[in-house]
Amino acid sequence: MLVLYLANSALDSPVAAWSRYDGTGAIRHQAGGDEEPPYATGLAALQDGWRLIQASPLIDHNSGDEFRTGYFKYEFFFEKLVQVEDEDHE
Amino acid sequence: MAMFASRGFVRLDGVVPKSLNKQFLDELKRTFGVREADKGSTMPAVAAGTEIEQALRPDQTLGQIMRLPRLKGAIESLVGPNSLLDHHFVHVLPPASKIEAAGRSANAQHLHQDSTIDVRKAFDVQLFYYPQEITEDMGGTRYLPGSHLRIVNESAIARYQNVRGQQHVVCQAGTVFLMHHGIWHGGSINRSDHTRYLYKLRLNPTVPQVRLWDTSDLNDDDATNRPIFFVRERQDPDSIQSILTRGEPWFEMDTGRIEYINRIHFWRRLLGDKTFDANYWVSRLECEPSISE
Repeated sequence: MLVLYLANSALDSPVAAWSRYDGTGAIRHQAGGDEEPPYATGLAALQDGWRLIQASPLIDHNSGDEFRTGYFKYEFFFEKLVQVEDEDHE
Repeated sequence: MAMFASRGFVRLDGVVPKSLNKQFLDELKRTFGVREADKGSTMPAVAAGTEIEQALRPDQTLGQIMRLPRLKGAIESLVGPNSLLDHHFVHVLPPASKIEAAGRSANAQHLHQDSTIDVRKAFDVQLFYYPQEITEDMGGTRYLPGSHLRIVNESAIARYQNVRGQQHVVCQAGTVFLMHHGIWHGGSINRSDHTRYLYKLRLNPTVPQVRLWDTSDLNDDDATNRPIFFVRERQDPDSIQSILTRGEPWFEMDTGRIEYINRIHFWRRLLGDKTFDANYWVSRLECEPSISE
């Protein structure tokens, strides 16, 4: 899984934050482990074969709460399926 | 102070002298090396909410450290005199090789904000004291400048593994960071051969946090409106207005502007001046002529 947090709601906007989770178990990505993102934009991830499976919706601002900042707004989840060797299966 | 309002921390390199660092480290090694309760350490267990003067006495190593003039001055500039010791703690991080040799995995701490949702206008200070040199491979505290004004709930932000602009503490012995309580942070993996020690102290203010620091360099024209967007001359990057409206690499395009606005409101509270503005961000929103009734 690849999670990209973009600078705005457009998929071709720059990456501000990112996370990776490797379901094959080959790599354990750790918090703070990278200084540079794997892709410059969400679109670049698409072009490299990642499939977008979820994007943050755009939500109206609650009255009285318009200037509160909290969690990142533009979260995009991507997946990529890879072939792995199954050593227990003949 | 404007940098603190903007980025959420003050860094004092080597503010604690060698002799006190050694004294404190020796105590820590005695305390934690045997995995028993206090063995010769003067570090006290303190009831939450005790005034710092009573909590850390001059006959204790920590009391001597907190009375160093530069450090005491910095603390009081932020939370004022007679602040309350909320809690303190020593983080002890062995080398990853030792953790892995014991059959456990060495993991970086997830990104988090301490405590819980906190919507106060006041702020606490979290003091991070590094009594030994922290090299890059020791996995010093990771922190995100400018994240302090975001309202989130503790480890709800754990999903964010990496953020543009994140910093890792690398410092000489005796360095202290004074962080706004809202700073997003986490410990990293210690890849060195040395155990890493971090002393952390949280302080609550007991007085309004208004003009507690040396304000002699503030000027009447700090908030004077200046050209924005179309400008003919480069703005002074060291001016308070520039500092409060400088983005961080991770800022989203829209909420980055909200950060400027929240910093301006923070600065207004620190100054006790409800009219201060930087680059017109708040004045524009307050421009609402009304018809008198």
